[in-house]
Amino acid sequence: MNYIGTPISRVDGQAKVTGQAKYAGDVNVPGLVFGAVVTSTIAKGRIKSIDTSAALKVKGVLKVLTHKNRPALPKSDQAWKDDIAPGGSPFRPLYDDKVMFSGQPVALVLAEEWETARYAASLVHVEYAAKPHITDLQAAREKAFTLKKSKKPRGDAAKAFSSAEVRHEAEYFIPTEHHNPMELFASTAIPEKRGKLTVYDKTQGVQNVHRYLCSVFKKKKGDIRVMSPFMGGGFGSGLRPQYQVVLAVMGALTLKRPVRLMLTRQQMYGLGYRPASIERLQLGAQRDGTLHAITHEAIVVTSQFEEFSSSDTEWADRLYKSPNAKFVHKLARLDVPTSCDMRAPGATTGVYGLECAMDELAVALKLDPVELRLRCYSDKDQSVNLPYTSKNLRECYQQGAKAFGWEKRNPVPRSMRDGNELVGWGMATGVWEALQMPAAARIVLGANGHAEISCATSDIGTGTYTIMAQVAADALGLPIENIGIKLGDSTLPQSPVEGGSWMAASVSHAILGVADEVRKTLFDAAKKIKGSPLSGVKFEDVTLSDGKIVSKKDPARAMTIAHVMRERRLDRIEKEKLHKFKKDEKHARNTHSAIFAEVKIDEELGVIRVTRVVNAVAAGRILNTKTARSQIMGGVVWGIGMALHEETAYDHKFGRIMNANIAEYHMPVNADIHDIEVIFVDEPDEHINPLGIKGVGEIGIVGTAAAIANAVYHATGVRVRDLPITLDKLRR
Amino acid sequence: MIDFEYVRASDVADAVRQSAASTGAKFIAGGTNLIDLMKEDVEKPRRLIDISRLPLKQVEETAEGGVKIGALVPNSDLAYHSLIERRYPVLASAILAGASAQLRNMASIGGNLLQRTRCYYFYDAATPCNKREPGSGCPAIEGLNRMHAILGASEHCIATHPSDMCVALAILEARVHVAGPDGERVIPFPDFHRLPGDMPQTDTNLQPHEIVTAVEIPPQGFAKNYTYLKIRDRLSYAFALVSVAAGLEIEDGTIKEARFALGGVAHKPWRNRAAEDLLRGQAANAGNFQQAADILLREAKGYSHNRFKIDLARRTIVRALTQAARGTPQIQSDKKVR
Ligand SMILES: Cc1cc2nc3c(=O)[nH]c(=O)nc-3n(C[C@H](O)[C@H](O)[C@H](O)COP(=O)(O)OP(=O)(O)OC[C@H]3O[C@@H](n4cnc5c(N)ncnc54)[C@H](O)[C@@H]3O)c2cc1C
Ligand code: SF4
Repeated sequence: MNYIGTPISRVDGQAKVTGQAKYAGDVNVPGLVFGAVVTSTIAKGRIKSIDTSAALKVKGVLKVLTHKNRPALPKSDQAWKDDIAPGGSPFRPLYDDKVMFSGQPVALVLAEEWETARYAASLVHVEYAAKPHITDLQAAREKAFTLKKSKKPRGDAAKAFSSAEVRHEAEYFIPTEHHNPMELFASTAIPEKRGKLTVYDKTQGVQNVHRYLCSVFKKKKGDIRVMSPFMGGGFGSGLRPQYQVVLAVMGALTLKRPVRLMLTRQQMYGLGYRPASIERLQLGAQRDGTLHAITHEAIVVTSQFEEFSSSDTEWADRLYKSPNAKFVHKLARLDVPTSCDMRAPGATTGVYGLECAMDELAVALKLDPVELRLRCYSDKDQSVNLPYTSKNLRECYQQGAKAFGWEKRNPVPRSMRDGNELVGWGMATGVWEALQMPAAARIVLGANGHAEISCATSDIGTGTYTIMAQVAADALGLPIENIGIKLGDSTLPQSPVEGGSWMAASVSHAILGVADEVRKTLFDAAKKIKGSPLSGVKFEDVTLSDGKIVSKKDPARAMTIAHVMRERRLDRIEKEKLHKFKKDEKHARNTHSAIFAEVKIDEELGVIRVTRVVNAVAAGRILNTKTARSQIMGGVVWGIGMALHEETAYDHKFGRIMNANIAEYHMPVNADIHDIEVIFVDEPDEHINPLGIKGVGEIGIVGTAAAIANAVYHATGVRVRDLPITLDKLRR
Repeated sequence: MIDFEYVRASDVADAVRQSAASTGAKFIAGGTNLIDLMKEDVEKPRRLIDISRLPLKQVEETAEGGVKIGALVPNSDLAYHSLIERRYPVLASAILAGASAQLRNMASIGGNLLQRTRCYYFYDAATPCNKREPGSGCPAIEGLNRMHAILGASEHCIATHPSDMCVALAILEARVHVAGPDGERVIPFPDFHRLPGDMPQTDTNLQPHEIVTAVEIPPQGFAKNYTYLKIRDRLSYAFALVSVAAGLEIEDGTIKEARFALGGVAHKPWRNRAAEDLLRGQAANAGNFQQAADILLREAKGYSHNRFKIDLARRTIVRALTQAARGTPQIQSDKKVR
């Protein structure tokens, strides 16, 4: 293998920096109409009236769509369910007069120019009949409910806790956070001949949007094509179809003209988000540092109309041995949009709580936090009682601690200083799933030795184009320059939505699977050539390498691919195959990490600087050490933001987000980021899949905020359990 | 965003004339604040008078030995101007503590003086706000007020003036040159911005149609003992929770002249003469700085989310005066507080 495992630069990098990469809101066609959305200013109630007359008078305004004059839309919830919709009744834009959250679209202005549309949108006058709303999780927690029957607890955690020698019990809080991808959500819907429609959409799943649009607009499969060749960051925000794609299509169908609708930054806060959560933990241990009881209860925000739920609570079962464990996941309904996946959903928040609690337990036990984790180390996923396909977390602790210099840590809080600053060292564990899904790929190999690989997956900025090219180049034995990648088109071979860190494994094996078919075709062809050096060689023994089909046992027995195709008059070989992973019910699959963080805090002023982070990751084989490192770094940066900066600020009286822009919604800037070291721990994995890959898109954020929070405690002796840790909280 | 007219002024007199000739006109310089507010339908000028090409871009020495800065000098040009770096480093430092490089390149001196508060409610036309819509109420008082005033607020408005540059201009005792329909005048800095009182919609004492032409700074620059120390929720590109501009003149360990002003705590840069007087003739030590801080903060009042700012302000004043006295000013590119 020449390319897998190497730090190849992004194959789409040049297109991106030169502006050749066109995003959903860049698409331009003659006669394009521009849309602008009017959103609700109340959180709950009804629209009494909408006066669009002033807007319609503006020159260049073509139409204002509201629930009163929109085209027919389906009634059933089922028609509005996308592939990953949670339970409940999905949101439908401009459906009726009901307002369910502040920032809900209530009108769509369509005009010849974008400026006109936006101006006219400001003239749409809406009268509401408001009803009392609730947007505060703390106020709704009493009414929280469990979705499905919680898993049977293991043993009796409450009893074991009360008899434990050392106990820690606390509540941690993570506020609502938004994805804030750089690219705004946008869709361009273009009517084609014979009632067909091409839709450019910012999405992590073109086929999901495709099925959804066909269902909502009652179209046949072949009538709609959804494209999303590039995406300026998704992080989960684009897993489900967003309302702007419905509105753009609605506009295009109404006007029979192409329509582009791009949300404003402010309107982006009317979409999904990482739900605020309360994480309650109880840990009971013996003095020797073994755990006897774990209870983790989460109360997490969802909307009034859907039940989005991710798993916040069961991570302890994967990390720490305990004979007694109880996990309860509750949802609290608020008058807000439905929450959604956001980078490592559930784990980011749940593991934050768990890992801070473990740190507090280590303090209570007077044990080094790494040592505590080693004493409780679980070689099994206790929730399913299975060993892992691989788990090299021990090595993460060891290599991370070594790179960080952990052994020099004085465990006493406030004991380490640097001038005016208190120095804190903290650590935490990270854990995420190693998922994989069925996916298909197509290879078209030309006689010129160029191959085009296609799959309907998206590249959400993670580097999917690049790893696809690497895997294909190795599988076909071609130079990477000869590989073309097509993705982000609903007409291409089947792909799941791009999320859950499953795409690298899924699409790589889809490519391997179909490359095998190509190899078979080439082999059959090669054998038919007179005097073929491969006659008598078995199929299992040939490989594609260096542009040749060659015997592995005897490299002298080879023919160039070009020669084979020419001789057999094949101008192209086209193959497509759906790949499904072998069921393995004997193993659990996870990625793991150990994060070590250093903070320096001005003792008098409380100014916090995260001066160093080491993140040691065990995630199977790394396909591309450069793009993978970027993923982990991005995760760490986000973890720093989660720990210190990020918070969607609601005014609960108005039920409205008040910092809905990226000047006031703080995330880290360059000045907040110092040294980040990423270590990939070697982790051969024979069970998970043939390439031994697990995916790295999410693991980088998990645990990072806890490591920082633990470092802040170590520096100051103050335990801040509610994020973000702003300087005022150090002096409460 | 509303439909508006755009015109360009040919000179200062023309700008004033054009403004006076129309209702609802606004000058636009760098546009970094005004355009944002227009997009949010907070500012709805019917006519934009572009002054950005007027010849107000010089930094000149005055006969008195100070400098006069044209209203259209870009913030970054001023921060890196050798005269300013050398003689008024506190001004250069304060400018560099604000916004981002891109914004500072666009932002003008006049626009910086006249930038409006960052109060969330002021920015959101869907909520009430006395500053935006007089008489509609002030939701910040019982709502989100982390970034709000602890000094000089009123029951009608508790917003802060967000500028960093102005905090330095306050201790340099700048004078603002303006031109209007009735001719030119010079406004001493303390009289330029006003407190909200019962007219929070009015940020300054500028009269209708008046244009800022220049800012003049007297000779005293505190080039030896100064600092600008800004405390915020992230290490750059955030508005101040509290900031302090300090300038001292010290002879043989005794303070001859002391000035310090606070940003992020009031509707205008906040100075207190009594606090400064107390330092004059005293030794430059933490105890005295503490006392001066206490005087300045005597009347401070916090709200649900910003009470911490009172104590933070006290500590920041002491640290800033200490930095100034030691001659180790905060360096804006170094995020470690010195
Ligand atoms: C994201 C963001 C972060 C920021 N962070 C900071 C920060 O940390 N610290 C800080 O200090 N600032 C910060 N700023 C504000 C920035 O300093 C101001 O936007 C800028 O100084 C305004 O200058 P301008 O020339 O662009 O003004 P404009 O937007 O052109 O004008 C602003 C106002 O001044 C009026 N005006 C302009 N020039 C004149 C004149 N000569 N006479 C009369 N009226 C005039 C205009 O009519 C308008 O009302 C930030 C801004 C943004 C957008
Ligand atoms: S503090 Fe001032 S600007 Fe903010 S809401 Fe109140 S009146 Fe408006």
